[in-house]
Amino acid sequence: MELFSALEITKNFAHHKALDQVSIHVPEQSIFGLLGPNGAGKTTLIRIINQIIAPDSGTLLLNGRQLKPEDTASIGYLPEERGLYKKMTVGEQAMYLARLKGLSRQEARKRLKSLFVKFEIIGWWNRKVEELSKGMQQKVQFIVTIIHEPKLLIFDEPFSGFDPINANLLKEEILAQQEKGATIILSTHNMASVEELCDHIALINHSKVILDGPVREIKRNYKNNTYTIGYHGLKVDINTVIPPAFRITDQSQDPDHHYLTVTLPKESTPNDLLKPFMDNATVDSLREVIPAMNDIFIQAVTTGQPEYTPMN
Amino acid sequence: MKKILLIIRREYLTRVKKRSFIVMTILGPILMAAAVVIPVYLATRANEVKTVSILDETGLFTAHFKDSDNFRFHELVSDIQSAKKGLVKSGDYALIYIPATQVTLPSNAIIYAQNTVNINLQSYVKNVMSRQVEELKLQAKLHDIQSGKGQPVDVSEILKSIQTTIDINTLKIGEDGTESKSYTEINMALGMFAGILIYLFIFMFGSQVMRGVIEEKTSRIVEVIVSSVRPFQLMMGKIIGVGLVGLTQFMLWVVLTFVIVTGVTATITPHQIKDKVTGEVLKTNTPISPVNSESLTLAQGTSGDGTNEVLQAINSVDFPVMIGSFLFFFLAGYLLYSALFAAIGGAVDNEADTQQFIAPITIPLILAIILAQFIIQDPDGSLSFWFSIIPLTSPVVMMIRIPFGVPWVQVILSMVLLILGFLATTWIAAKIYRTGILMYGKKVNYKELWKWLRQG
Repeated sequence: MELFSALEITKNFAHHKALDQVSIHVPEQSIFGLLGPNGAGKTTLIRIINQIIAPDSGTLLLNGRQLKPEDTASIGYLPEERGLYKKMTVGEQAMYLARLKGLSRQEARKRLKSLFVKFEIIGWWNRKVEELSKGMQQKVQFIVTIIHEPKLLIFDEPFSGFDPINANLLKEEILAQQEKGATIILSTHNMASVEELCDHIALINHSKVILDGPVREIKRNYKNNTYTIGYHGLKVDINTVIPPAFRITDQSQDPDHHYLTVTLPKESTPNDLLKPFMDNATVDSLREVIPAMNDIFIQAVTTGQPEYTPMN
Repeated sequence: MKKILLIIRREYLTRVKKRSFIVMTILGPILMAAAVVIPVYLATRANEVKTVSILDETGLFTAHFKDSDNFRFHELVSDIQSAKKGLVKSGDYALIYIPATQVTLPSNAIIYAQNTVNINLQSYVKNVMSRQVEELKLQAKLHDIQSGKGQPVDVSEILKSIQTTIDINTLKIGEDGTESKSYTEINMALGMFAGILIYLFIFMFGSQVMRGVIEEKTSRIVEVIVSSVRPFQLMMGKIIGVGLVGLTQFMLWVVLTFVIVTGVTATITPHQIKDKVTGEVLKTNTPISPVNSESLTLAQGTSGDGTNEVLQAINSVDFPVMIGSFLFFFLAGYLLYSALFAAIGGAVDNEADTQQFIAPITIPLILAIILAQFIIQDPDGSLSFWFSIIPLTSPVVMMIRIPFGVPWVQVILSMVLLILGFLATTWIAAKIYRTGILMYGKKVNYKELWKWLRQG
């Protein structure tokens, strides 16, 4: 079941085409990674989803029906460029932002107080924002993003500016939101967090989606029959052991073992790699190499369709 | 709709709670009160003697003009044409001309002068003439009563029937003998003051809008907010909120200035104020006996020295019209300009970059202030007319003209055009604003703005 879909979204700016027939499908209760190099069009797409700007063409569906202006109340957005009014007190400001999302005064106060306690910043309620550390400001921003318990949460580079401890806190909180039923769109350059959090991704490059789907499926597609074999006690030259069609991509060793990473031709199986080693050495391990998101990203972007034509 | 109210509320409350707002609210009236009180104070000490010639064709009043510390009167026996010529030559301050009447008692006079006519002289002439005419009327009534024609006697009826208003026209005579309408200093001062106040208010609160937009941009909160409300709502919320701050400040100024002026003048000239107050109390309660009516005329007549006259002149100003039109022209002018200020705030990244855009939009305002001195000299001229109609200059220029009296048609035309102008600037501003607030780190020029405008 898809909570949100964007269908064939196109957006032109004065100088360039920001989005070209972009479609994404965000399954309910998933963490959806929106990836792409700088300037690919991610922020434009996110702003369109938040109805901050309007697409030139295309359809946006939330829960299977057309996205409406009132839907901003079911979306929580933490922008990449984010801040707070410096001269306002933390409490006033949080109340203001919560009420702009449609919460009543009482409801906003009740929810904010409990979240402020949870995030251990309740003591700062009456302080001015400019007195807060950056990490604390980020906590306030995160709280007001989720305060109205939106069905769809959009985080644009949420981890930038967080120290590792707070980044971890944030990560756990994102997972907790998913647990509670929220669907999350996560736009980031941080591939480690994609690896950890996302179950679906879409990769945008030069205004187009060049890769999308469940992470596991994408990884399966990007596997290229590569294995790392660990062994010891090889009696002959390595090149006589491995068939010529096999390609060695990496080797390493520790005091007791040798490791060799080998890419096999398409028709070969790991057994074809294992057999010659079994005859000449003692095999300790054999492991399939699953491509990292980082590698997939680089590969997709560098070999992807470079169809970028600047508009005049 | 609820959201825009939240925005207005925040914009309003954060500003009125600021220390600078409170300081301005207290300082403003002190300055304004000083502007009112100091001339009053000075007027009490002015003792330059001015010579005034009187050409009284009725022969009823000349004897009643008494020389004072400020004026020396002398009678002229000639016709009006040569008297006017004589005025330029003789160097007299003014010529009072009371034309002959056929049937009725005289009810008007013309004061010719080379400069603007002193307000004291005007009201003195008015007082002398009305007292004299009322006396004549009263005598006639008494005569009627004595000859038994008009019984029974109703005193309040009589008093009402003798009440007289005298029209005073003031005309300016040029070196070459040409005549033009003359205006009193109080109208000029008031026009100038209102014009400058509008100018300051538009500037002050317009740039507050701009700074507010820049603050939202540099603090990076704007994107969070526009994910909840439309950029247009945010912009209008800010403009309205800041406008209400301006309105609050103005209202507080009016009230506090009134309190200070009343307080200070009461301490400077306590007995004169008392006279005046008694006079007014008597005026409002219909006098029941001729004795009371006597004391009324005395109270008004004897206070010929400066203080009371200036106070009377100030009281003679139509404050409801002044304040009403000030509120309209301030609000509409502010809305027109603040939309442009908001667009500038949205287009730039910091206050340093605003200069190139602020200059062109403030030129009309500054021009209006430069023209002000010509407009108070000739408030009905074509220069005054056109600049009080064109929306960019009309808030200031029309406000300068209002104290002199402006035909309703012109006021309404000016108001309608100003409202249209405000709708146009808001429409333009909204387009620039909504593109600009999401652009960071980009130097914007006019070409770029034009693109945003066409695209939005």
